[in-house]
Amino acid sequence: MRDLEGKALQAKGKKAKLGRDIDLDAYGAESVSHDYMEDLDALSEGDKKRMILTGVDAGEMDRSGTYVQKDTAVIHAHSRHEGLEVIPIREALKESDWVKDYYWNLVAVDTDKYTARAQLELHDGYVIRALAGSKVIYPVQACMYLEKEGLSQNVHNIIVAEEGSELHIITGCATAPHLQRGLHIGVSEFYVKKNAKLSFTMIHYWAEEMMVRARSVGIVEEGGLFLNNYICMKPVKSLQMYPTTHLAGKGAVARFYSLLVGSPGSEMDVGGRIILKETDTRAEIISRAITNGGDIIVRGDLIGEVPGVKAHLECRGLILNKGSIHAIPELQGKVGGVELSHEAAVGRIAQEEILYLMSRGLSEDEATATIVRGFLSVDIPGLPPQLKAEINRAVEQSDKEMM
Amino acid sequence: MLQIDDLQVKLGDKEILKHIDLELRPGETHILFGPNGSGKTSLLMTIMGYPQYRVTGGKIFFKGEDITHMPVDMRARLGIGMSYQRPPTINGVKTRQMIQICSKGNVDADALAEKVNFSEFLERDINAGFSGGEIKRSELLQLMAQCPDLLLFDEPESGVDLENISLIGNTISQLLQRDFKVNSKKTQKNRRKERTRMGLIITHTGFILDYVTADKGQVLYEGVLTCTSHPREIFTCISKVGYEECVRCAI
Repeated sequence: MRDLEGKALQAKGKKAKLGRDIDLDAYGAESVSHDYMEDLDALSEGDKKRMILTGVDAGEMDRSGTYVQKDTAVIHAHSRHEGLEVIPIREALKESDWVKDYYWNLVAVDTDKYTARAQLELHDGYVIRALAGSKVIYPVQACMYLEKEGLSQNVHNIIVAEEGSELHIITGCATAPHLQRGLHIGVSEFYVKKNAKLSFTMIHYWAEEMMVRARSVGIVEEGGLFLNNYICMKPVKSLQMYPTTHLAGKGAVARFYSLLVGSPGSEMDVGGRIILKETDTRAEIISRAITNGGDIIVRGDLIGEVPGVKAHLECRGLILNKGSIHAIPELQGKVGGVELSHEAAVGRIAQEEILYLMSRGLSEDEATATIVRGFLSVDIPGLPPQLKAEINRAVEQSDKEMM
Repeated sequence: MLQIDDLQVKLGDKEILKHIDLELRPGETHILFGPNGSGKTSLLMTIMGYPQYRVTGGKIFFKGEDITHMPVDMRARLGIGMSYQRPPTINGVKTRQMIQICSKGNVDADALAEKVNFSEFLERDINAGFSGGEIKRSELLQLMAQCPDLLLFDEPESGVDLENISLIGNTISQLLQRDFKVNSKKTQKNRRKERTRMGLIITHTGFILDYVTADKGQVLYEGVLTCTSHPREIFTCISKVGYEECVRCAI
């Protein structure tokens, strides 16, 4: 057995490389109990409304399975699809031996103080697995809900798409309407096996004083496809994440898409790194960032380690009137025969575009909103229609509030 | 009616329109000639209300209202529309959406697009990678949806291939209520009398004259309207003796 506990203890005070340092002692970690719910309909209307904004539907319409965690307690977890498992991670670690091999396998427990805390004071998280060959067409939904003021919610998730399977996950992180201050630490490990397809769409809906540190690493085997979408359009005090994916099998493909909206007082530092380790692997990182007062850092890193790989990075930023966007695209070709490219642009809305729309009858505000919506409407290939609808809804919701 | 009185306009520090007087009655279409840089586009952009074209003197009236300092969107709502020569690309905004914006959702975009052979572009981002001819068809499509009373065309035939020139020409003709219909219920004379739409067309090549009838031709030279005559006559004159002739009239 690996000495996870020992390593975590050693890393307890280890500052992260990126993002402002957070005083973990300022947040409580004691467990907060909530009753398990057989029927999510029993949730309060306020909670339901909040969850639906992150794509999590308490009515479970067109969903294959659901996981809901409130503060530190799992209040619902079940699968409605044969060949799909949705299990709280603490239960899975006790009952399924295979899980232990996947736990802290891709993310090092001693990465920094946040991973250490996720080991030392784990508040559950989920294991979602599609068994070999099973096609889970309707999305599985997972929600991390924070209700207790000042809590540090430390979760660990493991997602496995076994050989030849197809799995779509929509995961929402949200805070209760009254909550202001809290910390969310999320560790995620993704395994996309041979010829499997996994789409993972995360929508965040935080509060103004929320701190968020996410640590995630994925591995994609031969012929596998991993789509990783991230949407955060609500205020957050400080958000930092830099998910990494290893394309470790011939022909593996990864695509990262992120949509970020920075509000005044928000700090976002969001990246994506894809390491192309085998021939014929492909990668794409596309981000759109808009700020109307927040400070956004958008990072991207493509690393080509063998010949015959191809990857593209695109980041576009729009500064509405205040705020900052810092785009840091990186390309690392380690041998000949790699094809890596990037394009980055940061600017403001062109006056010419506004006037063009105004000459078609839109007011200046309507024209601006139309351009912003267009800017954020990235076509993400390979998503089931339910997920596309959720993303569109998040975009619509955001520009209603921003304008 | 569009009435322009003693209009003076600056772009940056440069005076680009000097004491322009122009009157367009309901149903009338004028052709605007002039060499590059003479101020033709500036005149249309000023009528449309682009703020970088600063009116330093004179007035513009439309439908009896003083629109000299009215914002672009209010002019559009009052019934002024423009077909641009180089419109901007707007990422993520589809052609279909532009038609909805122009018509306030009141037209069948598919049926309209078919008329200008533009159906396959409906789901494309507006103007993204459009060729010269595609831009013109897209602009006309938007004007068809918008139905303005005063239509401003900035070189509608430039960059259009021969195959599409008649489509563009005939569409403009229809937009300006200047098409001729065989067996129409009304006599052509009555149709002409009932014409209300006004047009101002910039042309370089004059090709458009083969498709669109016009009441007057005007020459703009170094910011001054120097000449008013029959459009065919002006066009033939410029073809024969060039714009150098305009220098003599501009002094």
